[in-house]
Amino acid sequence: MSARNRELVALIPASLLVTAGFAGVFIQRSNALSNISLTYGAIFLGLCLIGHIVIRMTLPNADPYLFPLVAALASFGIVMIYRINPTLARQQAQWFVLGLVLFAVTIIAFRDYRKLERYRYTIVLISLGLLILPRLPGIGYQANGAYLGVRIPGLFVFQPAEFAKIGLVIFLASYLRDTRQVLATGGRRILGVTIPPIKHFGPIIVIWGLAMGIMVLLSDMGSSLMFYGGLLAILYVATGRLSFVVIGLLAFALGAWYLGTHIPHVHARVTDWLHPFDPRVYKATLGSYQVANGVFAQAAGGIFGQGFGQAVITIPGTHPVQYLIPAPQTDMIYAIITAELGLFGAAAVLIVYLLFIARGFKTAVLSRDSFSTLLATGLTAVFAIQVFVIVGGVTRVIPLTGVTLPFISYGGSSIIANFVLLALLLLISDRARRPVR
Amino acid sequence: MNAQITRLFGFIVVLFGLLIVFTTRWTVVDKSSLDNNSLNHLTLIQELKIKRGRILASDGTVLAKSVPAGGGTWSRTYPTGPLFAQAVGYSNLSQGQAAGLELSDGQYTRGLQTGLNSVFGQLTSHRVGDDVYTTLDPKAQRVAVQSLGGQDGSVVAIDPRTGAVKVMYSNPSYNNNAPNVNAPGTTTFNRATQGEYSPGSTFKVVTTTAGIDSGKYTPDSTINGNSPIIVSGVPLQNDGNQSWGPQTLTTALTYSINTIFAQVAENVGRPTMTEYMKRFGFYSKPPLDYPPDEMRASNVKGPSGRAIPPGSPNEDIGRIGIGQGGLAVTPLQMAMVAAAVANGGKLMVPHMTARVVNQDGVTVKTITPSVYHQVMKPAVATQVAQMMTKVVEEGTGTAVQLGGISVAGKTGTASIGVTGSNLTNPWFIAFAPVQNPKVAVAVTVDQSQGGFGGTVAAPIAKNVMQTLLSEGQ
Repeated sequence: MSARNRELVALIPASLLVTAGFAGVFIQRSNALSNISLTYGAIFLGLCLIGHIVIRMTLPNADPYLFPLVAALASFGIVMIYRINPTLARQQAQWFVLGLVLFAVTIIAFRDYRKLERYRYTIVLISLGLLILPRLPGIGYQANGAYLGVRIPGLFVFQPAEFAKIGLVIFLASYLRDTRQVLATGGRRILGVTIPPIKHFGPIIVIWGLAMGIMVLLSDMGSSLMFYGGLLAILYVATGRLSFVVIGLLAFALGAWYLGTHIPHVHARVTDWLHPFDPRVYKATLGSYQVANGVFAQAAGGIFGQGFGQAVITIPGTHPVQYLIPAPQTDMIYAIITAELGLFGAAAVLIVYLLFIARGFKTAVLSRDSFSTLLATGLTAVFAIQVFVIVGGVTRVIPLTGVTLPFISYGGSSIIANFVLLALLLLISDRARRPVR
Repeated sequence: MNAQITRLFGFIVVLFGLLIVFTTRWTVVDKSSLDNNSLNHLTLIQELKIKRGRILASDGTVLAKSVPAGGGTWSRTYPTGPLFAQAVGYSNLSQGQAAGLELSDGQYTRGLQTGLNSVFGQLTSHRVGDDVYTTLDPKAQRVAVQSLGGQDGSVVAIDPRTGAVKVMYSNPSYNNNAPNVNAPGTTTFNRATQGEYSPGSTFKVVTTTAGIDSGKYTPDSTINGNSPIIVSGVPLQNDGNQSWGPQTLTTALTYSINTIFAQVAENVGRPTMTEYMKRFGFYSKPPLDYPPDEMRASNVKGPSGRAIPPGSPNEDIGRIGIGQGGLAVTPLQMAMVAAAVANGGKLMVPHMTARVVNQDGVTVKTITPSVYHQVMKPAVATQVAQMMTKVVEEGTGTAVQLGGISVAGKTGTASIGVTGSNLTNPWFIAFAPVQNPKVAVAVTVDQSQGGFGGTVAAPIAKNVMQTLLSEGQ
C-alpha cells in the first residue's frame, strides 16, 4: 500500500472517534441520539479528506501517520471542547478550517523549505518582535498574571508565543547547522570540559537571556521552558555534547530559582505547585484553586473515568455557567479528560502524542541534510515539551503554566501554529522519503 | 546525529512516563484522600446530583421531596412547611446545613446502600435515593396546631405499644423551605425535644411509680396531707395552703396534693427515685431517631442552671418529687412517662421512621419496635393507670373526658415568673383507652395567665387523642 493510501486508512479511526464522541455527549445531554453528531462526524471527516488530498497532491512521499495522528488528537479535542462548551466547539471547528488553509498555504509556499535558512535573521527578529507584543500597551493583555496574548479590539486575539516557537526553531536549526562542527569539536578544555569559542556561544547565550527575559517581562514560565527546552534539544542533537545540556539546565534552574523567589507571579505559581491544599494558598489571589481543583477532577476520574459528559465541571445553579475549574477548555483540559476517561483515557492521549513525537523524530532521522534533521528535531522537541509543560503542570510534576495542549486545547493561535508545524514536518518528511533517482 | 535523536526520544519517553506516574498518583494512589479533602466540592456537587427520596407521613402525605434545581442537581422542598418543620427539618447541602429527619434519615433518602448494591450503584449515573415513610400523622398534627391556637408550647403523641411518634409539634414553628433564624415569630428550636420545662405535678406519676414499684407504698397507703411541711429546711405548701389530713396515695394523685408526694419522694429516697427516673429515660437524651444536637436530656438543674449529676446530694428530692427542685424536662420525656405507664410499664424506644422503600416499591428496611426499659412491673403499671384514671374522672383532669372512652392523665401547673405574677406553665400528660392504650400524649403551654394544666393543656390533649383514636389507631 502506498504511503498516501495508508494515511487514508489511518484516518478512519479518527473519524470514528469523533462520531462516537459526539454521540456519547449527545446521549448524555439529551438522552437521545441526534443526527447532529453524525453531521459533525461527516464534516470533520470531510476536512480530514481535504487535508489528505492536499498532502496527496503535493507531498506524495510524506510520513503517512503524522496527519492521521493529528486528526485523532484534533477530533478528540473538539469532542472534549464540545462537551465543555458547544459554542466554543463551533469556533474551534472554524479555526480548524483556517488551520487547514494555512497548512495548505505553508506546504505550497515552502515546497522548498530550505530557503527559510536564508531568512533566518529576519525570522528570529520577527519571532522576538512577536514575543514582545503582549507587553505593548493597548494591544497586550494579561491572563492569570502572565502576559500571554495580544488583542486587536474587534478583530482577533492571538498568542504570539505559539508562532514564535516555530520561528525560533527554524533559526536555531539553521544557525546550528553552520556552527555545530565548531561547537562539537573546537575550543579549549577547562576542567575536562571542552569549551567552544565564545563567539559561537553568543546566539545561544542570547536564547538563554531570551528565556529569562520572557519570564521577567511576560511572567510566562511555560513558553520560557518550552523555548529553552527546544534549544537544549537541538543543541544536544547538533553537537552530541551532553555537557551543554547539563550546563544549560543548571543555568536555567539557577535563573528560574532566582526569578521564582523574586517575581511575585512566578513565586505564586511555585507556591501553588508545592502547597496546593493549604487553605491559605488555595484561597489566595493567584492561589492554588485551579491546580487543586485540577487534581480533584483527576482523582474523581479514577482508573476508568466517570464517562464522557459525566464529570462535574460546572458549579450548579450558576447563570451564566461558571466552571468549577478555571480555563477547562485550554490549560486544564487534561484534567477534564482524566475526570471523564480516567487514567486509561489520559494515558491513551499521551501515547498518541508519543506516537506523533516518534514519527517526528523518525522524520529527523531519515532526513538527508543537517538543516532538515535539526529542524524536524526542533519542531518535534518543542511540540513534546509543550505537551510535557502543560500536562506536567496539571498533574503537578512542575508548576502550572499557561500553554495549550497541542491540537486538543481550545484556541485559534494554537491550532493554526500547530498546523503550520505539522506542514513543516510533512515537508521535511516528503523530502527525506523521496526515492533517490 | 541519529544516536542523539534516539536518546532524546528516550528522554521524552521518560518525561511522559513521569506524567503517567503522576496521573496514576492522583487517580489511584491518592484518590480517596483527595475525594475527601475539605477543599474538594466535587463530592458535595455529586450529592446535589442525587435525587433524594421523599419523606412521607403515615398516610402518604409528602413531607419532603426533591425538585430539579438546574444543572442536573436537586433541591428539597417541604409541601407541608411549618406543620412538620420541627420533625422533618430541612437540608441545604450547598450551605452544609441539615436538621431533623432530613439529617437523621439522610442515609436512606440519599440511598447510601452498602455492599453489592453500592458497587452497582456506582455504575448508574443518576443516583436516586429511597423513600422514608414516617409514623407522623398529619391529621392529628393539624389538630394539635389548631388546639394550641397560637400559644407557645408543644404537643407530643406516641403510640405506647410501639413507640411510634404520631404527633410532634412545637409552636412557634418555622418555614423549613426557607429556614431563617432571623425571621420574626419563627424558630427552629424544637420545644418538644429541646424545651426545658418544669414538669410540675405531671412528675407525680414518676414519684407514684417509684413509691409503689419499690414496694414502699400501695395506692391505698395513707399519708398525712397537711400543709405546710418543711422540706429541705424550707416550708412547702399545698395549692391554696390547704391541709388535707390523712389521704390515700390515690386521692393524693387525684387532687395533686404536694405535701404527700414530697413525703413519698423523701421516704423512697434519692437513690431509688434516681433509679426510676433513669428507667423512664431521664438523665439521658431520648433514643429517638432524630439528630442528637436537637435533643436535650431531661434532668435536674442547680441554681447556676447547670445539670446536677444524677443522685447528687444537692438534689432536693422532696421538691423533685412534686416536679420542682430544678427539674427541667422536655415534652417528649413526659410523653414517654405516660407511654411507659400505658404499655404495662414497658417503655418502647420512640421512633419517627417507620420503613424505607426503594424506587422499585420494595421495602428495604422496616423499623421494628423495641423495648427501651421495663420501668415497672405490669401490675404496678395497672395500679398507676387506675390512679391516673381517677384524675380524669373526678380530679383535676376532668376536662379531658372522652365520652365512652376511659382516659388516664395527670395535670401539672408550674408557677413561673416572679412571685405573685400569677404566670403559669400548664401541663397535661395522658393516655387512652385505659384498658387498651393506643395513644399517649404530653402537652405543655409555655405561659398562661393563671391557667391550669386541667383547663389549658388538657383540652388540647383531648382533641389530639380523640383524633388519633377516631382513626382507629
